Amino acid sequence: MADDLLFLTELLGLKVHDLKGRSLGLVKDAAIVPLIHPSRVDRYLIGGGWAWLTVRHDQVRAISLDGIYLKDEQLTPYHSDEYMLRLVRDLLDQQIIDGHGRKVVRVTDVTFKIQHEEHGDVLNITEVDIGLRSIFRRLMQGAISPGLVRRLQSVIPPHSIRWEHCSILEADPQRRLRLNVSNEILERMHPADLADIVEELSPDDREAIFETIDSEVAADALSEVEPEIQASILESLETEKAADIVEEMAPNEAADVLAELEQQTSEEILQEMEPEPKTEVEELLEYHENSAGGLMNTEYVALPENATVADAIGALKAHEEVIEKINTLFLVDEQEHWKGSVPLARLFTAAGATPLKDLAAETPIYVDVEEKQDRITEIFDKYNLLALPVIDETGKLAGAITADEVISLLRQK
Amino acid sequence: MLKQFRYQIAIFLSVVGPGLITANVDNDSGGILTYSQAGSKYGYLPLWTLIPITLLLIVTQEMCSRMGAVTGKGLSDLIREEFGLRTTFFMMIVLVLANFTNVIAEFAGIASSLELFHISRYISVPICAVAVWLLVVRGNYRSVEKVFLFACSLYVTYIISAFLLKPDWKEAAVYSFKPILMFDTGYITMLIAMVGTSIAPWMQFYLQSAIVEKGITAKEYVQSRVEVIVGCILTDVVAFFIIVACAAAIWSHGAKDINDAADAAVALKPFGQYAYLLFSAGLFNASFFAACILPLSTVFTVCEGLGFESGVDKRFHEAPVFYWLFTLLIVLGGGIILWPNFPLVKMILLSQVINGILLPVVLIYMVMLINKKSLMREWTNSRLYNAVAWVSVIIMIGLTLALASITVKQMVQSARAAPAAPVSRPLAEMQGDDSSGHAMKTNVRESGGAHLVR
Repeated sequence: MADDLLFLTELLGLKVHDLKGRSLGLVKDAAIVPLIHPSRVDRYLIGGGWAWLTVRHDQVRAISLDGIYLKDEQLTPYHSDEYMLRLVRDLLDQQIIDGHGRKVVRVTDVTFKIQHEEHGDVLNITEVDIGLRSIFRRLMQGAISPGLVRRLQSVIPPHSIRWEHCSILEADPQRRLRLNVSNEILERMHPADLADIVEELSPDDREAIFETIDSEVAADALSEVEPEIQASILESLETEKAADIVEEMAPNEAADVLAELEQQTSEEILQEMEPEPKTEVEELLEYHENSAGGLMNTEYVALPENATVADAIGALKAHEEVIEKINTLFLVDEQEHWKGSVPLARLFTAAGATPLKDLAAETPIYVDVEEKQDRITEIFDKYNLLALPVIDETGKLAGAITADEVISLLRQK
Repeated sequence: MLKQFRYQIAIFLSVVGPGLITANVDNDSGGILTYSQAGSKYGYLPLWTLIPITLLLIVTQEMCSRMGAVTGKGLSDLIREEFGLRTTFFMMIVLVLANFTNVIAEFAGIASSLELFHISRYISVPICAVAVWLLVVRGNYRSVEKVFLFACSLYVTYIISAFLLKPDWKEAAVYSFKPILMFDTGYITMLIAMVGTSIAPWMQFYLQSAIVEKGITAKEYVQSRVEVIVGCILTDVVAFFIIVACAAAIWSHGAKDINDAADAAVALKPFGQYAYLLFSAGLFNASFFAACILPLSTVFTVCEGLGFESGVDKRFHEAPVFYWLFTLLIVLGGGIILWPNFPLVKMILLSQVINGILLPVVLIYMVMLINKKSLMREWTNSRLYNAVAWVSVIIMIGLTLALASITVKQMVQSARAAPAAPVSRPLAEMQGDDSSGHAMKTNVRESGGAHLVR
């Protein structure tokens, strides 16, 4: 079993032999072509004399620690190829994203599996190695024999990431396409984890990810990123893409981000936005950042005063997109004046015909749009709230502050 | 117009931190000692070196901050990516050694400055070690940075004490611009030491990481550069006042050798009680401040370069290497000061040598990295800047190597002077041979790294 494994550190420096067993040179690098196969080593680059030669995978008869034996010696000189991911140049020592462990890691070595196929041996990348064992291997590479390295390293616990969980970083959008870099792994992550990862990357890599990732995922992740980094990400993107992302964000978060930007940039982004989210965000931008108006969310579900539980359930079904973000329903009269709050959980125990009014909390608790942060956190604490309605000067329901906003607020202090 | 101006100020304030902090940590206990020595022994004469030192400092620091802002990566990250694991690994080993000896020197500074206030080192060092650990591990970066910036402002104590000592300002002004070269070994060594202490390998790594951590990008780079330059200038302004103070109080009453930064404070005592107190407080501030930054900078650099998890926001089991290394540096660094008869002076001389070996490598890599189009795009050095950079680097390397070799020579000489101490002898006996090893008190005196002017 173990004999089927080969490390990149071992592959480098292996002798390549022609049909008569003469040495042609040493392996200098190996490349995969992700568009053709995601993990198979497609080319071996060997250096003998002045120029490097390219060996295609189907020209190889056997690969082992003793060297690479060819079955076809018609080799071509190496030309840089945009579709190649060269393992030494582009992967070794570079950062990649570990989609499974949800962090940014640095590649120390690569593990291959040698597959003995009919036409010859083929290498497939199985794992990317990080951690002490691979560091040891790198340091000892060439200094002591590979067999000894293998024996000595067994005392160090391995630390590797399966290749299918790795997402490589490539800042150049053209090359991203050619290397078939997909954002699938990132898009499957929790937005908060993605945000943590993005914060650790360089500005170019951040830009590349946000430029290409699905706008909805981008919006969720961006909401979780630190404010200064949010601003620098949006500024680096094409205005159109930035607007797409901001549209997908909750209006209050969109307003917060836009407030961080230079005025000119934020106006340009607003220009590009769809009219509806645009007006919502613009209204929120009017409020002071630290007031209730600046904190509140305008995505809420409000029902007429005389609505029943059945109406409420109908309304929730119609607004499924907000269902995960809310925990309270609001009652309003015809002029949209706030009349009461109903905790969502109440609906489960009440009969369908029960008027919502009967389920509303008895003490009317709300704040004015101008209310200060400190007072808001105090109210949340005092009344053990999950959501707090915000009322404008005329008594109309303007929005709601949810507990998660308050938690972020307290953590920032 | 005014709005534009305000916006500029706001951006400037948002980038303040890395440059000022790095430059000020440069005036740590070792730096203060060197400047005190210069002032006490040669009066106002060495002042002229400060301007070239500032320029050299600006050139190197500017390149680091530019790399940080443009690439968004730390220096050890870049070295790993461009020069491979093995180079990085050996560099990190040497850096840890060099920084560890520096950490010891900082704790020595803490111990000796607080002993001037009659606080025993057995109390001060453990308390300060715990305080450093908690401040860095438990504090969040933003508030810690504010504490550090506040510490920067405390360097003003040196400026005030210089004024209290009524120096000859006219002479100070003249010699700031008038180069004086004397072919006196002590004097030349002094000048080299002043340059050598002004730039250390860890600074390059720390500054670049701090710039990245702060989220400064190429867009804010102009403001950040201003901050870095201001930091370099302020550092040497502080150095100027330290030299002037020692010149006024000590040298003007007869040139004197100083062996320890706390010595300088004691020598000031007859000329002004307040100046003495301010000098001692300044030394404590500088040592404590550097004792926070150095271990932190070391672990970040090592973890970045070798790909271990790092960051004070991680939990212990998530980033074990980070926390263990950090804790070890502080515990051992502080512990060694409490170990009676430890050959401290030798350790500190050794750190000069290690720094001297490492710095050329770091500087050469830096200039190579900053000229890589693939990394720096349009932000690479211009041809003129490259010329300046290479000249600065060569001067720096030349002087640091000179300092290192002088130090080695001294170590060899002192080893001959005390011909005992072959390696095989028991440890206790070896320490007995060390001139500083007789009593605790003498040990303190030697602790700042008294070396060059003998």
